[in-house]
Amino acid sequence: MTGGIVSYGEYVPRYRITPKEIGAVWGTDGEAMGKGLNIRAKSVPGPDEDVITMSVEAARACLAKVPRVNPKDVGAIYVGSESHPYAVKPSATIVAEAIEAAPVMTAADYEFACKAGTAAIQTCMGLTLSNMYKYGMAVGADTSQGAPGDALEYSASAGAAAFLIGNERPIATINHTVSYTTDTPDFWRREGQRYPSHGGRFTGEPAYFKHVMSCGQLLFKQAGTKPEDYDYAVFHQPNGKFPLRVGKQLGFTEKQIDTGLLVRDIGNTYSAAIMVGMCAIFDIARPGDRMFAVGYGSGAGSDAFDLTVTDEIKNLKRAGRTTMDMVNDAVFLDYATYAKYRGKIVMRGAA
Amino acid sequence: MRDVAVIGIGETQFGELWERSFREIGIEAGLKAIEDSGIAADDLDAIYVGNMSAGKFIDQEHVSALVADYSGLADQHLPAVRVEGGGACGAIAILQAAMAISSGMHDIVIVGGAEKMTDVGDVQAGAILGATADQEWESVFGATFAGLYAMMARRHMYEFGTTREQMAQVAVKNHKNGALNPHAQFQREITLDTVLKAPWVAEPLTVFDSAPLSDGAAAVVLCAMDRARKFSDTPIKLLGSGQASDFLALHDRRELATMDATVVAGKRAFHAARVTPDRVKAAEVHDNFTITEIMAIEDLRFVKKGLGGMATEEGETALNGKISVNTSGGLKARGQPVGATGVAQAVEIVRQLRSEAGKRQVSNAEIGLTHTLGGTGATAVVHLFGRVN
Repeated sequence: MTGGIVSYGEYVPRYRITPKEIGAVWGTDGEAMGKGLNIRAKSVPGPDEDVITMSVEAARACLAKVPRVNPKDVGAIYVGSESHPYAVKPSATIVAEAIEAAPVMTAADYEFACKAGTAAIQTCMGLTLSNMYKYGMAVGADTSQGAPGDALEYSASAGAAAFLIGNERPIATINHTVSYTTDTPDFWRREGQRYPSHGGRFTGEPAYFKHVMSCGQLLFKQAGTKPEDYDYAVFHQPNGKFPLRVGKQLGFTEKQIDTGLLVRDIGNTYSAAIMVGMCAIFDIARPGDRMFAVGYGSGAGSDAFDLTVTDEIKNLKRAGRTTMDMVNDAVFLDYATYAKYRGKIVMRGAA
Repeated sequence: MRDVAVIGIGETQFGELWERSFREIGIEAGLKAIEDSGIAADDLDAIYVGNMSAGKFIDQEHVSALVADYSGLADQHLPAVRVEGGGACGAIAILQAAMAISSGMHDIVIVGGAEKMTDVGDVQAGAILGATADQEWESVFGATFAGLYAMMARRHMYEFGTTREQMAQVAVKNHKNGALNPHAQFQREITLDTVLKAPWVAEPLTVFDSAPLSDGAAAVVLCAMDRARKFSDTPIKLLGSGQASDFLALHDRRELATMDATVVAGKRAFHAARVTPDRVKAAEVHDNFTITEIMAIEDLRFVKKGLGGMATEEGETALNGKISVNTSGGLKARGQPVGATGVAQAVEIVRQLRSEAGKRQVSNAEIGLTHTLGGTGATAVVHLFGRVN
């Protein structure tokens, strides 16, 4: 039996800031920085948005596409993020209540840097393939943190995506999935720390590239496929350069990678990054299209998926905004407003 | 005093060796040098190790004993000495080892140089390098290592009309040479534009005017000349050496656009070797920044003071130019594992003098020079090597 993705939903905040605007504050050539990262702008969550509100938006958009699905049949919800608003108290329970899946169900929060969402997909696959639950919902969401002035500030952005996983009428079958995990400390944030630390160039070759390449190659081997068998390829996108490079190293063309490469206009949405890219592909994919997807989370690991779009994709009720609608709906902020929205300004009465 | 020869050389790949440890690369270089020399381990009398800051980079001090131990020589109980002198430590280690042989105390000595710099983040590594400047009078006020070299570059531009393009040509040339060196960290050529348009590190120096952070190790086996023929058909003689120091802080120096330590160390080395600069055909000079190479070739009297930039621009220092400078790629392209630098420079010169440098071979190289700096030039070491006919 092959399970798959029954529906999908995404959310990208409207606000944006450009590398140029950020660089101007820190005395850096932000434009050059943006060019180097292949990022034109990054999304910024509004003052009332966090991982939970964005996850709810994405989860609701996901269910809205399949009105036949009774939310009570969603037996499991996992929210993957590295910026859960609460250190103790799950985001997933709030999402479960918001979509009316609670209370006879299970829920938990996941964390695996940028790949907690894809880990949730795999968990839901196991639960639904074993018929423990009819549907599982995997959410990847982040309002990622980059310390002011740090290189990460140019890319760390916000977004969410939710996938409904199940065996009945999937819009895309997950033909194969494989993971590759090692203990590689390239990026971390300790308990109580506000901003993450990273190993600079160590985040490249021994971290992102090693894991994405190895996992991608394992997927080719397991699926018995070649790059030309796929219509789309999508990778975790910490910046606009890494996924293009790793994609080419794996043998994909820029055309295959282009549709899912949203980082250029919304930055790195961390746990949501690859999933939002997959949403953009589902928005335009046709039955029979095949997708190659490899996520990456620091610390470190990759999850890879080989998917085939089915006829069911034509039956989705597409009333809401598409991924590209959200990507293109941009309100640009100056740094001061950005600092206010991101809580970087210490207000009166604050400790 | 007895003459000293190099009878064995070895080096590792230079670069970001994420999966290799300090001890691993140190041993690889050492074993290669021993194998190349044809000696047996029990021929060795002593070990000298050039290392700048293993204590800060990998939390390991006492690396002299560590190297002896992990080279399998612990039960020989050899004297093992770690030498520190900022970026010049490898070159000083060679000098100390040569002095021990010259004095008659030892006959055969191995000198290793190693640094593992990428176990810490970029910012921390920069700060560790900066610790070779004057912490109390420079670093504490915010002067970075690159910032201090940028001041020298500005002064050189002001006094001699040196241009950014001329400095950038040093990087272009050294990358071109590095492309021919299979051990180099950067084995690709770059354009002038790449250097000029790169982000500033400290104006007027860009990222591409600066040597990288690297891991790597190199080793040479030194032997008393009277015993060298027993092991090697092509011993390379250490013709003469000079070491000099200067004010630690830049603001105390006589001037900014000349490194007096280099001038004095060069004079001492040429005097000891009884040769003149015009006889040197291959030179490995310190190029942690492009301006450093320009100042070095002037201060070593390869070109007139102030004309280093122009000479570079006109190709005089290119491979098989008037004098081939940094055929290995230099610190810029071969890489800059600080402790290894002086030893790696010697490895390259020996290779050139043995005519084993392959595509980057300097024709008719009879005499070669290494020039290594500590800090912003408060230490300079110059060695002259020559073929033995």
